[in-house]
Amino acid sequence: MNTPGRSRQGLDGELAAAYLLGLADDALVYAQRLGEWVSRSPQVEEDMALGNVALDLIGQARRLYTRAGELDGTGRCEDDYAMLRDEREFRNVHLVEQPRGDFGREMVRMLWFATYQHELYTRLAASTDQTLAGIAAKAVKEAAYHVTHAATWVVRLGDGTTESHERAQLALWWVAPYVGELFTDDEISIAAADSGLGTLPSALLAPVRARIGAVLGEATLEPPAAPTWSSSGGRRGVHSEAMGYLLAELQHVARSHPGATW
Amino acid sequence: MSTDPAAGMSERGWPLWEVFVRAKRGLSHVHAGSLHAPDAQLALQNARDLYTRRQEGVSLWVVRASDITASSPDERDSFFDPAADKVYRHPTFYEVPEDVEYL
Repeated sequence: MNTPGRSRQGLDGELAAAYLLGLADDALVYAQRLGEWVSRSPQVEEDMALGNVALDLIGQARRLYTRAGELDGTGRCEDDYAMLRDEREFRNVHLVEQPRGDFGREMVRMLWFATYQHELYTRLAASTDQTLAGIAAKAVKEAAYHVTHAATWVVRLGDGTTESHERAQLALWWVAPYVGELFTDDEISIAAADSGLGTLPSALLAPVRARIGAVLGEATLEPPAAPTWSSSGGRRGVHSEAMGYLLAELQHVARSHPGATW
Repeated sequence: MSTDPAAGMSERGWPLWEVFVRAKRGLSHVHAGSLHAPDAQLALQNARDLYTRRQEGVSLWVVRASDITASSPDERDSFFDPAADKVYRHPTFYEVPEDVEYL
């Protein structure tokens, strides 16, 4: 049901909006990182590929922000959320805000994030919120392509030269402490799942891990052992050092020229 | 024509591929341009990202540029000029009956 401020089983509008902001912020912040690859990829063709992925993610974020503004009753628009919130109000995980590394690291990060998103949106397409279900049904096709593209590269890097194999293996070690946060339940995601609006993050881990395991097998890469630490706090607005710099770059123009249009 | 897998490698190491896009069912694939990719699968993905991002197509072919045998500009006279004076090959000397549409 699409009554503003209330999802079907009475989930508080603010909680519902917070759930959507987590999804939207993941997409927006990762789009910002992927956009940095334009002009820095191995070839111009890959600049375009990563730019296209970033644009898909921005599209998802825009629709999710708009719906969040209806649900929390504030009537905020997509730009209000993306450009005028401060770091502590962003609910994205640490994985997506980490600075760009080498190309192998990006493909490994994208494989984890896109596979997570694909499993997530597959379930959200059955959300009790018709708007969210529609957003997810469109996004699931985009995520499927992102998975294919990242997996194609991970297989080629892992099963490529000695150096590309080593770098891909290092990338898997690097990403390991950050992925747990995607699959951690908090009170907002639990309430969203209970109401039928959302889905439980922890339930996505097994299918995502199985799919990535299959890719790593083909890539002749070793799944990393359990990490000795895990990132946490992103969903509560507690971010790593990189986040402030990312937001400064992302929000600078919108904040310097409030309300500007072109 | 070489069958060496390295044939057609660009100086950056990735071979050139020619891209053919079919705009919709029933039409033919039409040459859209070219791109670099390390192998066929990535050539197809790059073609999707470069040539169909504005809904230009429903089907894609990629062909390694080095696998295409092309006519040479030097042969243009002998290849193409002899067709120039054979107007009877065009179906222009028939009376088109009335009421026949789409002819």
